[in-house]
Amino acid sequence: MSGIALALLVGAGGSAAMAFVPARLAAWLGAGLAASLCAFYAAHLGAVSTGAVPAAAFWGVPALDIAGGLRLDGLALLFALLITGIGALVFLYAGSYMAGDARLRRLLVMLGLFMTAMLGAVTADDAILLFIFWELTSLASFFLVGTNHQSPAARKAALQALLVTGGGGLALLAGLVLVAIAAGTTSISGMIAAAPAVLAHPAAEPAMLLVIAGAFAKSAQVPFHFWLPNAMAAPTPVSAYLHSATMVKLGVYLLARFNPLYQGVALWHELLMWAGLATAATGALLALRETDLKRVLAHTTVTGLGTLVMLIGIAPELSATAAVTFLLVHAFYKAALFLVVGIVDHETGSRDGAALGGLGRAMPLTAVAAGLAAFSMAGLPPFVGFVAKELLYEAKLGAGPASDVLIVLGFLINASMVAVAGVLSLRLFLGASRPTPETPHDPHWAMIAGPVLLALLGLAAGSMPALVADLVVEPAVRAILGRPVAVTLKLWHGFNLVLALSAATVLLGVVLFLAWERIVPGLRRAEAIDRFGPARFYERLLAGTISLAERCTGLVQHGHLHGYIATLFAATAIALLGTLAVRGGFDAPAFAFGALDPRALALVAIVVGVLATVLARSVLVAVMAMGLVGFAVSLLFLLFGAPDVAFTQFAVETLLVVILAAALVILPIATRDDRAPRRKLADAAVAILAGAAVTAVLLAVLATPFDPRLGAWFGANSYPAAHGRNVVNVILVDFRALDTLGEIMVLAIAAFAVVALLRRARTGDAR
Amino acid sequence: MELPFALAIGVLVAGAVYMLLARDLPRMLVGFVLLGTAANLLILLAGRVGGMTPPLVAAGMAAPGADAANPLPQALILTAIVIGFGLAAFALMLIVKARAVLGTVRPDEMAAAEPRAGAVSSPPTPPRALPPPRREAA
Repeated sequence: MSGIALALLVGAGGSAAMAFVPARLAAWLGAGLAASLCAFYAAHLGAVSTGAVPAAAFWGVPALDIAGGLRLDGLALLFALLITGIGALVFLYAGSYMAGDARLRRLLVMLGLFMTAMLGAVTADDAILLFIFWELTSLASFFLVGTNHQSPAARKAALQALLVTGGGGLALLAGLVLVAIAAGTTSISGMIAAAPAVLAHPAAEPAMLLVIAGAFAKSAQVPFHFWLPNAMAAPTPVSAYLHSATMVKLGVYLLARFNPLYQGVALWHELLMWAGLATAATGALLALRETDLKRVLAHTTVTGLGTLVMLIGIAPELSATAAVTFLLVHAFYKAALFLVVGIVDHETGSRDGAALGGLGRAMPLTAVAAGLAAFSMAGLPPFVGFVAKELLYEAKLGAGPASDVLIVLGFLINASMVAVAGVLSLRLFLGASRPTPETPHDPHWAMIAGPVLLALLGLAAGSMPALVADLVVEPAVRAILGRPVAVTLKLWHGFNLVLALSAATVLLGVVLFLAWERIVPGLRRAEAIDRFGPARFYERLLAGTISLAERCTGLVQHGHLHGYIATLFAATAIALLGTLAVRGGFDAPAFAFGALDPRALALVAIVVGVLATVLARSVLVAVMAMGLVGFAVSLLFLLFGAPDVAFTQFAVETLLVVILAAALVILPIATRDDRAPRRKLADAAVAILAGAAVTAVLLAVLATPFDPRLGAWFGANSYPAAHGRNVVNVILVDFRALDTLGEIMVLAIAAFAVVALLRRARTGDAR
Repeated sequence: MELPFALAIGVLVAGAVYMLLARDLPRMLVGFVLLGTAANLLILLAGRVGGMTPPLVAAGMAAPGADAANPLPQALILTAIVIGFGLAAFALMLIVKARAVLGTVRPDEMAAAEPRAGAVSSPPTPPRALPPPRREAA
């Protein structure tokens, strides 16, 4: 088995193993697992950067035309490295952050499974495989967001995340299936190779929109952006890992993955560009309304995701380079900042940005990590964030007619990011210290290692842009564009328009930062934002669905026995009559009064008995009339050559009437049929419908030719094979002897049950 | 003969369903028995009916005569009659038991399994409908 397939099995196995070791050990096991997987993927860097694409067979289902298979190109490798690298730090962090918490081990196992599913999703070269792993990440997210399951808010957030991303997943599945039908293969590289056929398919556009919908839901694009801040109900390691660095980027990954297929389609570019821009702007605006630092970060993550989607939408090559670079940068600083906020929350007992400040003296190491990450976020040199921001402006400048809007909005968005970065570093750690619920101090090294390492990586990547460009960015860009391109990353571009924009951004950002305390309450008062959000729409939809389901259930499961019976018979009758009507009529058998033989009198007796039963005032009379029907039927059997049946019917009917009459001694015999006349009419209508259906079906059956083979066979073999002259008896005790034995058993069991019921009833034991 | 036969079965089914739709269990049991009878007749008629000769192999013959009735439906009906009887007896005992425990034979008044909102939480005390035991069962 090839290495990249084995890596998934190792990930799954390792996650399962974590369930069987103590929680402290499990954190180390998880960190080790993620780190070794990271090393494994890193070993592919050299080969992949020179153009090699390792592939492996994995879970193909030929019978269903599912190709299966894994593929590790530059894009997949970049994601795999982020997933495992940040994963290792998060495992380490979580073990310390939730030390002593009973839910730690479960959380770690879920994190491990999530990591494996993510690796599967990004390395899958098969649409169905990708979808399965995609949904697994949604499921893992549900459990991880709901870690604190005693809290109703956490449960609600978990359900919301699941419903939004799961609903997107359904759209994605539909889209992928449509594309697979058009391409004739489920292999993603096959789909891209068959791009002309896919785009020429009549359903090409709906398929593309469905894929985009799936990606947007997962990556929290407008209008699905509301679930991500709510998902912050999860413990911080989960937020850092799933809801900033990895899972929410899966939608971006999907768009990048399918970009070679759809590049050139105008709608693809327009939709991604504008939706991405709208998302980025929404996130930036909402980030300035919050003081809960985790929610601030969540909104900036929405901004980051929007920026990535927008960059994929901008057509020229440079934007792909910008997207990959920004992806890398964002993963570094956002994960680091989340972990820092988690540390602050953990050590001070608060994460309210308005109430905290001056923590730098008490927690210097944390302050350094936060500062490094925040500078990268603000896009200051020499951090890699600066490189990314320069590229971002360059890409926007080259975006053609839309570039003016992109630049202006982008300028404002970036400035607000600078302000948020300032809040998260300068405001939080410098200045006068304020009282906190707990005395702050630097955390255990396992918790600080992650943010420090990530922040340093941001600095290192900024100082060695060429290496990053060759090893990581260029292969990923090649995968996004589907063709080789030259990628150069530079820290210093010289004095030009872009640099001026950068400087102006920082300037405006500083102004916003200084006014932060006044901006937040001001924006908070703008309640219209809450009233008309898609979050409201989601609430209404959910409540409406539940009340609709309740109403439907109430309608169908009303708890009235006669209603069920009436529905049963009416539906069956209508189905039977409807089928007969649709399938065509039949010839009613010829009938003449002259041909009627005297046996028809038995039929008349049956009809009279039925009428007497139905019209009987008391139950006792109904039972007697029922007996009349039974005896008439018995007579009918006798007249049609079935004496055995006739005798049995006679005996049983007698017994039944006697037993029923006896039971009526203790049952209320005088009860009248007290249905209201209208009810009686309705019941009679259902009854007549059922009777008509049976008669019609019988006549249809009788109109078909009769196949006498079975009866003839039994007749011919009765004496020679079984030495019996009464064919009916021979069938019962010989040919179908086992059936008869079963019948005897049923009767015996019924007899036992009757005796048991009677005995308990007689001794007065009510229960 | 087939048309009046089929019509009579239809009437039987209609009567059975009408009784099944009654709101008390003894009437529903009557409808249940009638429905079983209707099913038996349906089997007989679907196997075709003709003369009065039963399917017997006369001495010296290897098979019943050509005009003999179809033996297969008869065998099926025999089984069905007996099973139907067992089922009816069992159902009757359930009704007796329900009357003893819940004090009613009307399904709409039986609220023990799914108490309705506003209904009393405990089932009504059973009336002393049964005669006191003459001798204690072992």
